[in-house]
Amino acid sequence: MAEVKNVTITVDGKQVTAPAGTLLIEACKAVGIEVPSFCYYPGLSLQAACRMCLVRIEKMPKLQTACTVPITDGMVVATDTDEIRQARKSMIELLLGNHPLDCPVCDAGGECELQDMTFKYGAAESRYMEGKLHKEEQQWSPVVFFDRPRCILCYRCVRVCGEGMDVSALGVQLRGSSSVIAPNEGDHLNCEECGMCIDICPVGALTSGAYRYKTRPWEMKHVGTICTHCGDGCKTTLGVRRSDTGMDIVRGDNRDKSGINGDFLCIKGRYGFDYFDHKDRLRQPLVRKDGKLTPTTWEEAIEHVGKRLREIRDSKGGQSIGVIGSNRTTNEENYLLQKFARTVLGTNNIDHHRTADFAGFARAIAGKENITATMRDVASAPAILLIGNNPTERHPLLAWNIRTNVRLNQGKLYVVNAQPIKLQRQAARFVQIPEGREGKLVAFLNGDDAAAGTLTGASGSNDALKQLRDELKAQKNLVIIFGSELNGADITALVKFGSASGAKFICLGDYANSRGAADMGLYPDLLPGYVAINGPHKYNEEWGSLSKTKGLPLQEMMQAAKAGKLSALYVVGSNPVVDYNFDPAALQNTFVVVQELFLTETAMLAEVVLPAASAYEKSGTFTNTCGDLQLLKKAGDISGIKSDFEIIVRVAERMGTEVRRLVPFGSGVRADMGQTRGAQSGEADRHSVWLTANNLEPRFSPFDPYAMLDEIQRLVPGYEFSRLGLLAGNDQHVNAAERSNAGVAEGLVQIVPANDTLFTSGTLGRYSKTLNNVLENRRAPQNKEVMAD
Amino acid sequence: MVISDKLDKFFDEKMKEYPTKRGFLVPMLLYTQDELGYLSDEAIAHLAKKTELTELEVRNVISYYSLLHTKPMGKYHVQVCTNISCMLRGGEEILEHCKSKLGIGHKQTTADGTFSLEEVECIGACSWAPAVQVNYDFHENLTNDKMDAVLEGYRKKR
Ligand code: SF4
Ligand code: SF4
Ligand code: SF4
Ligand code: FES
Ligand code: FES
Repeated sequence: MAEVKNVTITVDGKQVTAPAGTLLIEACKAVGIEVPSFCYYPGLSLQAACRMCLVRIEKMPKLQTACTVPITDGMVVATDTDEIRQARKSMIELLLGNHPLDCPVCDAGGECELQDMTFKYGAAESRYMEGKLHKEEQQWSPVVFFDRPRCILCYRCVRVCGEGMDVSALGVQLRGSSSVIAPNEGDHLNCEECGMCIDICPVGALTSGAYRYKTRPWEMKHVGTICTHCGDGCKTTLGVRRSDTGMDIVRGDNRDKSGINGDFLCIKGRYGFDYFDHKDRLRQPLVRKDGKLTPTTWEEAIEHVGKRLREIRDSKGGQSIGVIGSNRTTNEENYLLQKFARTVLGTNNIDHHRTADFAGFARAIAGKENITATMRDVASAPAILLIGNNPTERHPLLAWNIRTNVRLNQGKLYVVNAQPIKLQRQAARFVQIPEGREGKLVAFLNGDDAAAGTLTGASGSNDALKQLRDELKAQKNLVIIFGSELNGADITALVKFGSASGAKFICLGDYANSRGAADMGLYPDLLPGYVAINGPHKYNEEWGSLSKTKGLPLQEMMQAAKAGKLSALYVVGSNPVVDYNFDPAALQNTFVVVQELFLTETAMLAEVVLPAASAYEKSGTFTNTCGDLQLLKKAGDISGIKSDFEIIVRVAERMGTEVRRLVPFGSGVRADMGQTRGAQSGEADRHSVWLTANNLEPRFSPFDPYAMLDEIQRLVPGYEFSRLGLLAGNDQHVNAAERSNAGVAEGLVQIVPANDTLFTSGTLGRYSKTLNNVLENRRAPQNKEVMAD
Repeated sequence: MVISDKLDKFFDEKMKEYPTKRGFLVPMLLYTQDELGYLSDEAIAHLAKKTELTELEVRNVISYYSLLHTKPMGKYHVQVCTNISCMLRGGEEILEHCKSKLGIGHKQTTADGTFSLEEVECIGACSWAPAVQVNYDFHENLTNDKMDAVLEGYRKKR
């Protein structure tokens, strides 16, 4: 690309230098001059509809819209003169022509751009005599409501739905002052329910079913954390209020546009948090008494678990115990769980529901530098190859970033899939291959022309395949993204193909921390960082000597249980009975402990069920499917539950373990200074300031996940990230897979993708009111009037 | 087929002359309305497919133009101008006269489907105001009597 020249302009007497072609409004922003705007939105097409951004440019006859004028050398601009203030005031007066002035009862009151502007420029008194056009409010879907009179026709919603989401469910009907935003089904929406339109609406015209009329922005705490659903790891700001159960999350958004997702959230991130207070949420430990799960105290439950596990370990040995970890607990908890299994229970029988072959991926890229792509790369890479998966349904942020890249950076997208998928609309090339032949495609890419014969199914011809291969080979800085269709040797072959031209890779796994589960060693043969259990490693030095014998993978645990050789099964945040077809009958004589949010099919079989915190109720870190590590912050407390971290520590302690050997807390300079308390951290900080001022020691806690993170950073290869960057809320790319030393794979691994859709999310999704509502109610209530009437 | 094969073929041919498919949308809407009398749901779906637009987008365009209709109109669509020139020269009286004569109001159709009535803005015939447009024909310098004759002429034609 040709070098873009810098030009210098003068705005309100200040010099601004920026690349030629920069929009004036952006150039102003760069030096801290805010030009008001309604219709302008970065990343969306220019509209110039609202005329709020009028500025005076010397030598131009009329006021100009700063949102559409590209800067040119020597431009002299005034943004704040009497003339301009008067113009803006008049624009607001026009906008208020039909707009009700009832901010006190509007849902957007307190965070409305029109309210702010009216305050600033003062046009609250109207000179219009005509009556205002009024229409009743309409519900367009379970999550989208529309209040027509409040709409100022900035068309942001129309553009974000069309350009950003590629859904185009919103349109503008009629003309002039009777123009109106209309949904695609006449009186309701049939769309992806992402809520982007609501989020982007500068006023209170589009409102959210989850949040509307519940609270005010200043009544909430705003906690920046990570979405708990898919593996993409969107940052979200939760609006949290106190309630009688401890906390009430009333909304999720990412209005500050920070992080890997900008302002994007899909329906799950924006509304799917509502499982946290589902009435079926477990709030008391359950212990089986006379065949029935009976509520009990934490004291009794932990005592029972600790005692039984100790007995089983001491009488039958660790090999008779199995541990199943989770795809949605934090890195610290996953790390702790496998350390607990290996050092306290004395077993390598630990596994998790594998939704992608991350271990195979680690083997394929071991020792290579700069070989994994970040979520941010997806939005900027010049070319992307997507093999398998359907990101629109299963990785909504990834799909959003791909679309953004194609739209704004002219990135080239190549899609290979057994099914037609929505992203093919953005693809420069789409090749459909027969189901299950993804491996053959990789062979073909690597030069095996004979493989082409097995690939030319539906739409793919030999020529199309060859063209695809030639184009891909010519691409520099390609990002290759693949789903669970590829595993083991196929991944190795794909890496061979891509790394020849310097490509970077993303392996797609499901659930919020499946990558973290893999990175943290929830494997029978691999320690954290994909380090072979029977190879050389540093863990022995800190943990004492470890067994070098491979443990049982999940499906073999089931066989062992059937054969009566599994005396105990410890399950954390997983539902193998449903997700892995774990035969319930096999567990009849096994002591089963389950840490869960809900009474799942697996929990129903347990002897003890321990109610665990969701990721909204604890702190720690998550690693997304690309390997981007992010900070999870606690939003608040729910009564009756404990974090998985705390539960494991307590059980270990009850088994007679010296806790400090498990969690190195209270050493060094780091301690729980309130980080784990998230929304309440202000209080904790004040508390620790007070303690220090009184020469008292801050309370160091064995439940502090940051103590575990210290050990992870020290011992897990590839997790040497910037702690400061993490705490500042930035994503840190980790390289555990590249730095792995996994040895050779033995046997076939069973990969079971979650196959979630946009509106489902494993166990958690089953308890989300909004997701269920949308699923049941894709048909919105009948409204009396259609927009254009 | 929603529209005649002949028209559909014509669309396919003509569309090639436009830089984008959607660029030909408005002419297609007009031709389709001429053939069907209005733009039916099926016709909208058909044209959306042809132009690779969503039905919503096609409806957005239709709703922008008052001369495009999504409900059946009379065989003769009487469009009475009441914009400034016509208003000054009795356009509103012509409209009232048509209303009582036909027994229908703005955007309504007679029971037998012969006539529909619409009050419209300037139709570009100001020099001969008051003016009325019936389908594509103009009738100028109207009085109530002349209007009666015009309507009678159409009634006979059917
Ligand atoms: S919720 Fe999302 S998909 Fe639905 S109309 Fe709004 S922006 Fe479009
Ligand atoms: S509904 Fe909101 S975002 Fe959409 S045009 Fe109206 S004011 Fe703008
Ligand atoms: S894309 Fe994934 S991480 Fe982002 S909001 Fe949706 S479910 Fe959550
Ligand atoms: S922001 Fe420039 S015209 Fe709306
Ligand atoms: S005002 Fe009636 S034709 Fe122009």
